[in-house]
Formats: sequence, C-alpha cells, structure tokens
Amino acid sequence: MTVVTFAKAASRGSWRTWLSGLVMLLATFFAATQANAQLRVDMSGVGATQYPIAIADFSGDPQGQYVAEVIRADLTRSGQFRLISAAGASLTAETPVSYDDWRSRGADYLAYGSISQSGGQYSVSYRLGDSVRKSQLDGVAFTGSEKELRRIAHQIADRIYEKITGVRGVFSTRIAYVLQKGNTYELQIADADGQNPQVMLRSKHSIISPSWSPDGKKLAYVSFESNKPVVYIQTLATGQRFPIANFKGNNSAPTWSPNGQQLAVVLSRDSISQIYTINADGSNLRRVMRSPLIDTEPQYTPDGGSLVFTSDRGGAPQIYRVDLASGNAQRITFNGSYNVSPAISPDAKNLAYVTRRDGAFRIGMQNMSTGGEQLLTAGPDDESPSFAPNGMQILYSSVQGGRSVLAVVSIDGRVRQTLSALDGKVREPTWGPFTN
Amino acid sequence: MSSRIAKSLSIAALAATLAACSSVPLDQNAGKGSGSEGANAGQVMDPFNPQSPLAQQRSVYFEFNSYVVPDQYRNLVEMHSSYLTSHAQQKIRIEGNADARGSSEYNLALGQRRSDAVARMMTLLGVHSDQIEAISFGKERPKALGNTEADYAENRRADIVYQR
Repeated sequence: MTVVTFAKAASRGSWRTWLSGLVMLLATFFAATQANAQLRVDMSGVGATQYPIAIADFSGDPQGQYVAEVIRADLTRSGQFRLISAAGASLTAETPVSYDDWRSRGADYLAYGSISQSGGQYSVSYRLGDSVRKSQLDGVAFTGSEKELRRIAHQIADRIYEKITGVRGVFSTRIAYVLQKGNTYELQIADADGQNPQVMLRSKHSIISPSWSPDGKKLAYVSFESNKPVVYIQTLATGQRFPIANFKGNNSAPTWSPNGQQLAVVLSRDSISQIYTINADGSNLRRVMRSPLIDTEPQYTPDGGSLVFTSDRGGAPQIYRVDLASGNAQRITFNGSYNVSPAISPDAKNLAYVTRRDGAFRIGMQNMSTGGEQLLTAGPDDESPSFAPNGMQILYSSVQGGRSVLAVVSIDGRVRQTLSALDGKVREPTWGPFTN
Repeated sequence: MSSRIAKSLSIAALAATLAACSSVPLDQNAGKGSGSEGANAGQVMDPFNPQSPLAQQRSVYFEFNSYVVPDQYRNLVEMHSSYLTSHAQQKIRIEGNADARGSSEYNLALGQRRSDAVARMMTLLGVHSDQIEAISFGKERPKALGNTEADYAENRRADIVYQR
C-alpha cells in the first residue's frame, strides 16, 4: 500500500500563504466557506499497465517544486503511472533533452518545464517527452496567479494523462459529497483529489443525493431542512438556491438530463415513490410511468432518451431501464436479490450499482451489451457509486475501520483509493462533469 | 401461527369489551417488548396534551420487509382516525422510517411505503386525504443508532405527528 499524504505539503512555508490566498479568491466566486479539514488520500493496487514517467521539478521559481508535486500525486493516484525519480534534474522548457539518459533511468516519458513570476503573475511552460520515440509529445504554456497554480498543475496532469493513455484526464474535475459531523450536515465540493473543500450548504438536517448539472455550475440535492425531503437547485457561484420540487409528500432523487434543461425527480404526491420529469425552472411536471410499487434513483442515459432506475415492482429491488418516449420499462439486473443506485458510464457501455451479496453491500459493474458482471469492491457498506467523467473510475462511499470514507475504484477493480475526512462521516459522493 | 391467532382473538375480545369506551389503543407495543399501559379509557383526547393517548401512542412498527400495518396497530390507527374525522381542520404528518442498511433513496422510498400504508388506512376510516401528508425520513433520522436486529426493528416505524 502506498500512502500519499498531501498534508505533508502543508509544512512548506508558502503553503499557508497560498491556501489563504486561494480561499479568498474562491470566497469571491463562491458563496461558500472553506471547510476545516482536507481529505487524506490512501491508495492501494496498481493498474494492469503502468507507464514509467519522470516528472522533474519545474525550474525557475520555488513554486516549480509544488507544481511538480501536484502533477506527481495526480498521476500516482490513477494507478496507471509509475514515478521514476527525477531528483537532481535541472531542466527548463528550453533544455534539449537527453532521451537516452532518461530511457536508461527507466523513464519512458519525461515531464518538465519552467516557471517564472512577474508582478504576481506566473508563467508555466510545460513539456512532455517520449524517451522511446525520442520526441516531444506536448508543450504548452499557462499563466495565472499564485492561487491558480494548483489548477494549472491539474491541467498539466490532465494533458499528460491524455497524451499517454489516450483518455481524457479528470484531475481538474470536482466532486460533491455530504460531510456529517455530529448533528451538522455539510454539502461540500472539492477537487477530485479531495483538496480544497468548500461548504456549499450547512444544515442541522440531512442532505442527500447531490447531483451536478452537466455544465458543473449547479447542484440539485435533497434537503430535510423543512422536516421533509425537498429538492433544491443551488448555483455554486452565487450560493443562490430555490426549491425545484416541493410537492405534498416526498421529493427526492434529483438527476439532470444531459442537456441540462430537465431533471428527473422522485415524488410521492400520488401515493408511493414514482419518477417524474420537470423542467429546470420548475415547469412542466410529467409522470414518466405508472408503477405498482417503488420507482426511484433515476439516472439519464447519455443520449437523454431513457432512464435507468431502481424498482421493487418484481418483488425485490432491481434496476430497470425506461424509454422516456414510450414509458416502457425493462429489467436489466438479474444477479442477486438487491441491486440499487444505478450509475451509467459516460459512454453508456457500463452500469455501476450497489449489490447485496451474502449480506455485504458491494459495488458491481455490468456490461450493458453482454450483461457480464464484475464485483469491484468487497463491501461491507459501499454505497452511492458515480462514474468519473472519463468513465475510468467509480467514486463511492465506504465504511472502513468503522469510519465512513469516500473511495475510488478503477473500472477494472485493480486500483483503489480512499479519501477520508478527519472529523466526520462522508456520504453521498458524486463526481462532477468536465468543465474545461 | 397458533399464538398469532390467539393474540388476534384476545385483541378482538378486548376490543369488544372496550368498544363502549370509544376507540382506544390496545397493546400498541405488542411484539416490541417495551412496556406501556394498555387502555386509556376516560383519558383526554388531545394530541397536544402529553398525557393523552393521542400524544403517547403514535408509532406503528412494521415487520422486516413488510409495508402492511400490523393487526395490533389497527386500534391505534382507528383512535387517531376517529379524532381526525371529528377535527377536520387538524392536519397530521405521517413520518416513515427505514433501517440504516442500503441505499439512502431506496430506504427513503421504503419509509414512505410505511407512512403511505398508515395514511391509506386512515383515509379508509374516513379521514380526509387533505388532512394527511405521508412523508419519509428513510434512514436519515434513526431512533435507534445501533446495528442489532432490535435497533433495525425500532427504525422500521411510522410516526403520526400532529401539526400545530
């Protein structure tokens, strides 16, 4: 097991200055307060393929070391890279690279660059070299304030990941989750690495089922603040919120359509829980179908034409798919007697869900065309799976050592990481969309 | 099976005996073990008076994986229905709960099936549907926080809550 403890970075002198600067910046943009504790990251397992890469400290400014550390940590967490030491290397973006030397060190790839500061603005130039083909794969320059260096580093990591694996990186995306501390509930958003958490809503009552709008600018969620479940939409930049579904009975399980114009919600206004669609402004409420028993946890398929959802209409909870135009539903999970909380991958090829097997709640994944199933986690209390926007990983909540934590598993089940808060239960995670 | 029949019979007999005293709750905690006085004949029927059976007896417990109001709570539901039909302006919320295992949203729906079962029984007994809102807390407000079967049973519950 590798333990990547980002808290170590906090001992660096510039960290606190940087962090407080960042918080001030974000306070301007978000009606949010900085959360008290960072999440701690632990990971285990390695990917089937691990690309050996050296990432040299960027030259020219002390912040170059920080930028390289963020990139290394990102690539390490993916489980798809093996870091080769670049200690002692002093490379600038313009340095001719001795590819044979790096190849002999074991690095098939080399990332390096320069950083300079002028009047508070940083210029970061990065290069990615392939020491096997002896060629430069990527080179780009970013500028930004000190506060933006972490985001720039994540963007560089995203580029490295995509150039080498062919799949878009998710290091600059964000996650949302609920942190429960005693009787206080906080809806938080954080970077995909669990850093930089921001409180979007603090409440004495439960908050569940956060759902990102496709543009990443809003969250829909269920709050119990009025002593019953009501669905709200909140704009992250302003903190402005309004109830989108507050009908008689329960209002819950919001999820956005891929075009962002509509949500599916679950209401009990007509007796037991049923699925409805509603426009994002609250108009045009429409019941999707009439079910004799519970229908809940809808998720749009990427084409927007159907929903997958949980129903116990067959006697036990299973996952079904309904065509929105016809209202015709078909069962799609058949293994086990408890399959709930469906999440569909961005390419629509895989379905992740919670399955109960021998008393343990585990994350399962089913191939949508073959029906083949793989159990990705061991439980015993794994819940709320959601796909990374590139489809390569699944975020979920888990109980480990009696503590409720966030966890991420690669879709081949080989690499796992946990993000644990120091002072509370983390629940109901959901991975946000690409935003750049 | 036979003891269950015997229990229903004895409840029926008691109900017949006490029928003259208005609709009163009987043994509302049967099968749960926690004690409470049985009949409340002659007590004040005011849901906001803590001494009233309307305030004291307002929880319906369900069997595992069941969403049918058990027979032993019929009298409790009848007592509240009787009050509500004669106080047509009074509104209540029925708050369903579920145990802590599994999906938050599915448990929310299960708790709602429990509150809905109590609401349906009340409307069959003449309570106007506008007086009742059946909702659920799912697993969000567990009364029992442990992980034993007794804790789970405590949370398979619907509470009748009078709105002021």
